[in-house]
Formats: sequence, structure tokens, C-alpha cells
Amino acid sequence: MNRRQFVQLSGMGAAFLSSRLAQGKIVSAEDLLMPGMDGSAKKHLADTALNAAKSKGATYADVRIGRYLRQYFFTKEMRVENIVNSESYGLGIRVIANGTWGFCATNDLSLDSIAKCAATAVAIAKANAEMQEEPVILAPQKGVGIQTWKTPITKNAFAIPVKDKIDLLMKVNGEAIKNGATFVNSNLFFINEQKYFASTDGSYIDQDVHRMWPTFTVTAVDKKAGKFKTRDALSAPIGMGYEYLDGLASEKMSILGKPTVYRFSYDMVEDAILAAQQAKEKLSAKTVVAGKYDMILDPSNLGLTIHESVGHPLELDRVLGYEANLAGTSFATMEKWESKTFEYGSKIVNFVADKTQPNTMAAVGYDDEGVPCKNWDLIKDGILVNYQATRDQVHILGEKESQGCSFADSWDSIQFQRMPNVSLQSGKEKYSVGDMIRDTEKGIYILGRGSSSIDQQRYNFQFSGQLFYEIKNGEIVGMLDNAAYQSNSQEFWNSCVKICDKDDYRLFGTLFDGKGQPGQSSAVSHGCSTSRFNGVNVINTGRKI
Amino acid sequence: MEILTREEAKKIIDKVLAFSKADEMSVELTGKRTGNIRFARNSVSTSGETYNLSLSITSVFGKKLGTSTVNEFDNASLEKAVRRSEEVARLAPENDEYLPMPGPQKYPESNGFLDSTAKLDPAQRAKFAKDSILTVRENKLTGAGFLEDSSGFEALGNSKGLFAYNKSTAVDFSITVRTADGMGSGYGSGDFNDSTLLDTKVSTNIAIQKAITSRGAKGFEPGKYTVILEPTAAGELISFMISAMDARTADEGRSFLSKKGGGTRIGEKLLDERITIYSDPSDKDIPAKPFSSEGLPLEKVVWFDKGVVKNMSYSRFWAKNKGVKPILQPEGFIMEGGTESLADLIKGTDKGILVTRFWYTRWLDPQTLLYTGLTRDGTFYIENGQIKHPVKNFRFNESPVIMLNNLEAIGKPVRTRGNMVPPLKIRDFTFSSLSDAV
Repeated sequence: MNRRQFVQLSGMGAAFLSSRLAQGKIVSAEDLLMPGMDGSAKKHLADTALNAAKSKGATYADVRIGRYLRQYFFTKEMRVENIVNSESYGLGIRVIANGTWGFCATNDLSLDSIAKCAATAVAIAKANAEMQEEPVILAPQKGVGIQTWKTPITKNAFAIPVKDKIDLLMKVNGEAIKNGATFVNSNLFFINEQKYFASTDGSYIDQDVHRMWPTFTVTAVDKKAGKFKTRDALSAPIGMGYEYLDGLASEKMSILGKPTVYRFSYDMVEDAILAAQQAKEKLSAKTVVAGKYDMILDPSNLGLTIHESVGHPLELDRVLGYEANLAGTSFATMEKWESKTFEYGSKIVNFVADKTQPNTMAAVGYDDEGVPCKNWDLIKDGILVNYQATRDQVHILGEKESQGCSFADSWDSIQFQRMPNVSLQSGKEKYSVGDMIRDTEKGIYILGRGSSSIDQQRYNFQFSGQLFYEIKNGEIVGMLDNAAYQSNSQEFWNSCVKICDKDDYRLFGTLFDGKGQPGQSSAVSHGCSTSRFNGVNVINTGRKI
Repeated sequence: MEILTREEAKKIIDKVLAFSKADEMSVELTGKRTGNIRFARNSVSTSGETYNLSLSITSVFGKKLGTSTVNEFDNASLEKAVRRSEEVARLAPENDEYLPMPGPQKYPESNGFLDSTAKLDPAQRAKFAKDSILTVRENKLTGAGFLEDSSGFEALGNSKGLFAYNKSTAVDFSITVRTADGMGSGYGSGDFNDSTLLDTKVSTNIAIQKAITSRGAKGFEPGKYTVILEPTAAGELISFMISAMDARTADEGRSFLSKKGGGTRIGEKLLDERITIYSDPSDKDIPAKPFSSEGLPLEKVVWFDKGVVKNMSYSRFWAKNKGVKPILQPEGFIMEGGTESLADLIKGTDKGILVTRFWYTRWLDPQTLLYTGLTRDGTFYIENGQIKHPVKNFRFNESPVIMLNNLEAIGKPVRTRGNMVPPLKIRDFTFSSLSDAV
């Protein structure tokens, strides 16, 4: 594709630009492929910032030089509504002075501006020190010198011609309509974070992070009956390149002839065809009878439940009260962890935090405090054994080094504790989804992400889904509608009786997990295999107005 | 960053328009300063300030559009940005839904800019935080809060002679106070255009009182209860309803305002006759920007009149398609109420539940506007006109449409989250389960 074709297609979207989504300067698609500043130039700017901060009295300083590239596609039926190409570039400096954090950011990368920004960060720290009850205690982190890291992709999504992406979405929409959808919206989201980190510890780390998410919603309307139903894509937001859209048959699974699910390669067109057919089927689905059911939850559904009922409650900043005014605190309090006996789940429940797992969205080489990434147990044989923490928190856990959970969503945002990939470990014995359905007498099999809500300490939750299949005596007997499951996080994970093996392991995730004031979003993946939870309360959400 | 005056903004926009070779061109110039301070565990955790000034240019040839942005304001940069938007427009495919730009318009007055807020500096911000933190510390409790202030302007101009300018300020504060044993939690907040109206001690004392009195909550069975929703709680559910009043989705059969068999529910009495909701950018309590992103005037619109669906929002394209006047989504809404205060509503209640605010409210069914979420930071049992004791938090499954048909009493509107909302007394509000969260 030549420059003019790029401009043509990117300009079409820019005309409908949503500044909230763009989060940066609008650029042509080809600008997204331009190389950023080279490493030596970044090091020069970073050293300027670090030296300026130290000269003003900082006892510690780190600097992040970020280039954030985004390309988003929005379509409706056979129209391209919007394409957003954006670039955001600048530098953020964080310091400790008088035992208190200070921060300043600028998009002016002149040496004078950087020095001024560093001085401002130190001044803010000193001003806020008056209200500081305890000084910041930072876990030691040996400098790692000059390092680079890149998401292992095989196809850079930004190098794929815009026209090819539009052709794909038009095919998705066309096939959905051909197969019974009344309306269809489809989207592609591509993100590339080029992040340079340096600190007074002696680290200079250049990272190139790629993430993507293809998705859609089809709607089937029955005007005569006054009803409409939707079905969202069963894709996963993922830490991969454009190769995720190759649609490899080897990564596809059909469950007892009913739904089709995808592992590390997604067939968007096929899923849209199935979605259209299933949305129509939902219009005449049987309304669920409220009561207790054995729930079989596909990773495309269970992933969100993991995120809300395990990922968030084990964030140490929440446990300590730093998020109390917005996101809330946590039921997984320190004394429960200290007891070493708190039964978070049944004995088969094992959760691992892992920022090194391939294809996941929180995978990086180093976090935004320069800490090398790793993995560790959160829940072992059902017992709560650890949290997620940053350099200034980890001493509270009696640990000598950070767990590497610091992240900022932009160069002008302050890094703070964000969730790593939090994943449920697969069952050790060979056990398929088909086996699980055959072993269930009265159950509901749920796929896809639906409505979700959980309280501010992460006890009481209610989740819905995209597809609900009724199971009677080991067989899928039909589709259900208006179902949502309610539980308490601890009760729910203690009702986990069976987990399929690693052959069924798939990823779920979110590109836009919100937290903090001012709000920031982060991307994270949750892996698991299909799991069964016995005796869960199901409610009927059907109402009339 | 200085807030550009109307004249300064117009001068830049006119200069850009003079460079145009397109059939039509529109120019948007915006500038904003935001400042914030966040605290938790009775100490400041983060604080910062940001500035932004940018210009967006859209050129049109026939039905082909192209946009470029620039944040450098010398003549060469501006002309380069114009040429780039024209280059993009010439190459773009036609947009079937494009309508020619509107000409000059008249706008109602909006008084949302206050010097007091525009001049807020880090020291004043720290003082607001300190007033709150010290009040919490004196009571041996733990506070987490956030203050954010902003000032800015927006100017629009196009080649058809349209020009619009507005400047505004805002300050928002919220605090959650928790007891040392973690068994009590209370919330207070305030949002204004004028920072002199904000007293963080007042909001903090409300949160303190709620935190202390919410200790020792008793569990009630889920079910249908009479509730008194404080304005923050009521406003959240009603704002979801107002933002779902798009005419196109109703005409397409996928809205709570779609009629069985086709058509919409406009003109139908959908809510209790005491419910009148409107928007008005000139309102003295919630002044808003008086024009849309295309420069159309935002005027007073009555959405529900005595319970009847009076208007839905129509984009310019859909309005032309349907032969009606465009009506645009409001920035805030005003719900009419009575004269009774929250305390009066409590006094007049034999048995009921008082709800401070909701949390994690999400849709369950767009067709019935059914939402689920939880109560938080102060839920109390009322008996014989008095708050008897705290109760454990509930999950609700409820639709604002159903809720506003079960209206028992309506109080005096107050400003909350940019809207004017009265406290509401509602019968048969559906609580579907209990939560142990404090």
C-alpha cells in the first residue's frame, strides 16, 4: 500500500475522531511505522532528567520516555465509521525527596524542559512531605544496565495495510448479515507501547510491547415480538501480532457440535457467522428457571470472573486502602494471608501471577520500576499465599525484592500497582469439556463475557454471559436466556470441583482495565481451562417495562 | 496555559479558514488545564497538573472528509495542517451520511466559567486536601480522597460563517472514610463550577458521620423494599436512562423506547406523572456548553414531561432522515422535584432502607434497562421516621423505568455529578442478594 492509500483510509476515520479514544496526536497510518528515537538519544535525555532530579535533592529518581501508538477501527454494517491512528510521545519523571513521591511529565523534550520538569517533581515531593505519615520504603533493585525486550510477534499489525483490515471487517459484517444479523458492529484495536525506562539504580531499559483485540457485536431484532438479542465475539484480547487472525484450524475446538471456541488463532469471519445464527437462536431461547445449577464455565466467561474475584482482590494497594475512595478495598485482608490457612478455593484451585507467559497482555521484560518480570504463586492448593506488589509495598510482605507489578498507561501517568496476568492452573488429569458435560446432571454451560458486577471488597458478584446451554443428564438440550450467576468469591472458588486439562487452556483478557484517580487503563490476560462449579445460584434477569 | 479569549480564538480560527481551498472547512480550537491531588491512608499519594492546547481541522470536498490536528500555531504550521486535511479529504471515500455544515447560529448564555476555579494552584489544592485529611485524623479514622479541578475553553468555526465559543471551569471532590476496624465506611462528595462553593470539611464530616454510624451493620433478607435513594444513587440510574434515549436505536427496534411491532414510545406515559426531566445549558446550577461538536445550539429540551416521553435525541443525519429537528444528547440533566429535604423524606418513612450511593452498576438487559449493582458506604434501616441502624450492603437488580413508576415521594433536587437530582423514595425496589462488603 502506498502513502496515498494509507492517507485515504486513515483520514476517513480521523474525520470522526473521538479524542477520548485517541489519547494522542492523530497521525497517518504510515507514521505508526516510523522508528522512534534511538536508544543513545533516549539515554541522554534520561540522564539529564536523573541528574537534574538528584541535584535538586531527590534520593531516588526514575524516568520514562514513552511513545504510544494506537490504531482503532470501528465499523457498522457495511460502513467504516472511524479509523483512529494516534501517537502520544513524552517523558515522565518520578522522584523521592524528603521521603515522599513527586511526579512531573512533559511533552517538550528539550533539555531545559526536562530539567525544569525534574525540578518540579522534586518540589511537589517536598510540598507533599508535610502530609506524609510514613516515608516511602523502596525495595532495593540492582541496576540492570542497558537492556531491550520485545513482544515475540511474527506479524506487526501496524505493517498490515489498512485496506486489508477494512476488507476483513467488511467480510465479517457481510457474513453476519447474510446469516441473519439485523445489525453488526465490528472493531480492531492495535496497541504498540515503545517504553524507555531509566533510574538512578543504573537501569536503561528499552521495550517494544504489542497487543491487539479483534471483536464484534451482532444484533438480531424481532420487531413483531418487540425483542432483540446480541452476541459478542468469542475472541480474546491478546499479546500477539496480526498472526492471531490467521484462523488456524489447529487452534479451533468444537464442543459436542455446539459452540466453537478458539485458542491462539482466531477465525473472525467464522465466529461472526456463528454469532449471527446464535443471536437469532437466542430470540426464541427458553427463559431460565432460577435455582441452583452446576456451572460449566468456558475460559471466555470464567476469565472475567477470575479478573474480578481473584485478580483485583489480591492487589496489595487495595488491601492496604489506597483505592478505598474508588475501586474499593479487599476481603483478602493481611491477617488471612498471615494465617497461611485461608481457604480461598477448593484444593484443586491454583492461581499463578505471571508476567513472563507468552501471548499474554501483561507480559513484558521489566515493569515500570525497572524490575525484571517473573511468576509466583497467589493461591496454592486453595490457600491464599501471596499478593501482587510494587517496590514501595513489598517490604510489607517481608519480601526483599519487588514482584514487578508497576505500570503506567502513558508517559504522563504516574506508575502504580497494576495486575499481572493472573491465571488458573489446568487440571493434571486428562479431562475434556465433552467429559465435563457428560458428567453433569443439571447444569448450565456458559460462554462469552456478559454483564459483570462485584462489590467494593470483592465478595458478592453477579456475572452473565453470551451463550447459555442447558445440560440435562450429560447432554446439551438447548439454549437458555436471561441467566446470570451470583455468588461470593470465596464460596464460588470453593465450589470448583473439576478443571479440564491443559489441552483446553485458553486466554481471556481486557485491554481497558480501569483503576486509579485520575483513571488509568491497563491490559491483562487471564488463562484457564473450562471449569465446573457445583451448586451455584442462578437468577432470571428477565423483566417487563 | 492562558485561556484564550473569544477574540483571540476567533483570530486563530479565521486565519486557518483563510488558508482553505476545500468546499467546506471546520476548525475546532480547545485548551484545558487540569490539576489533581489524591490521598489515601491520611497522606497525599499523588498530585499533578496537565495542560493541553490543540487545533483540529476538517476539510470537505463533496461528501469526502479529512481531518488533521496541530499544536503549533505559527502560520507555516497552520497552513501545513490545512493542506494535510485537504489531501486526506480528496482521497477519502464518500461518507453517505455526511450533511453540509451548518451556518451561523445563536447560542444561549452559559455561565460555567469562574475565575476562582481557573486560578486554583497547587497550594490551594493541597489546602483542600489538608482540610479533609486533618479532619479525618482528628477523628482517628482513615480517609482516601481525590480532588480534580479544570479550566478550559472550546471554540468552533466553519467556512459557512459559524462561530461558537465557550469557556468553563469545574472542581470535583470525593472522600471515603473508613473506621480503624474496617467495619464502617462513609462517603461524601461535592462538585461545582465555582471552587469557592467547595468546602472539603463539609463533605468529609458527612463521610465521617456515615463511617462511624455504619459500624455493626445487620443483615436483612434480599427482597423488595421501600428505599430512599440519596441524589448520588438516584442520579446514577437516571443518567443511564437519559443516555439511552437515542431515536435511531429506538427506530431500529433495539432500545427500551422501541415499540412492539415497530415505532417508538414517544408520547407514551412511561413514568410516574411526577417525573419531569429536562436539560438546559443555561441552568444556573449546572451550566453547560451551549453548542454541539458541530456547532448546533444546545437548547432546553424536555425529555420526560409528567412521565410522558416528550423527546428523544436525533443526530443531524437521523433527524433529516425522519424529517424532524436535530436534538442532541445533553451534558447534564435536571430532574424536577418537590420541596422536601432528604431528612424530611426519612422522617416521613415508616420502614425503609436509606442508600448513600451505588457501586459497579452495569446493564443486564438493554431492552428493559435492567441494571445490577451494589449499595456502598452508608446503607441504613429507617423505622418510624428515624435511622434505626446500619444494614449490610445489598445487590440490586432494577430498572430506572420500573423504579420511576414506583415513586412514593420526591425531594428537593441537589447538584450531584453534574446533574440536578432529588432524593427519591421508591417502593418495591428489588434487592437480589446481600453483600458482606463494608
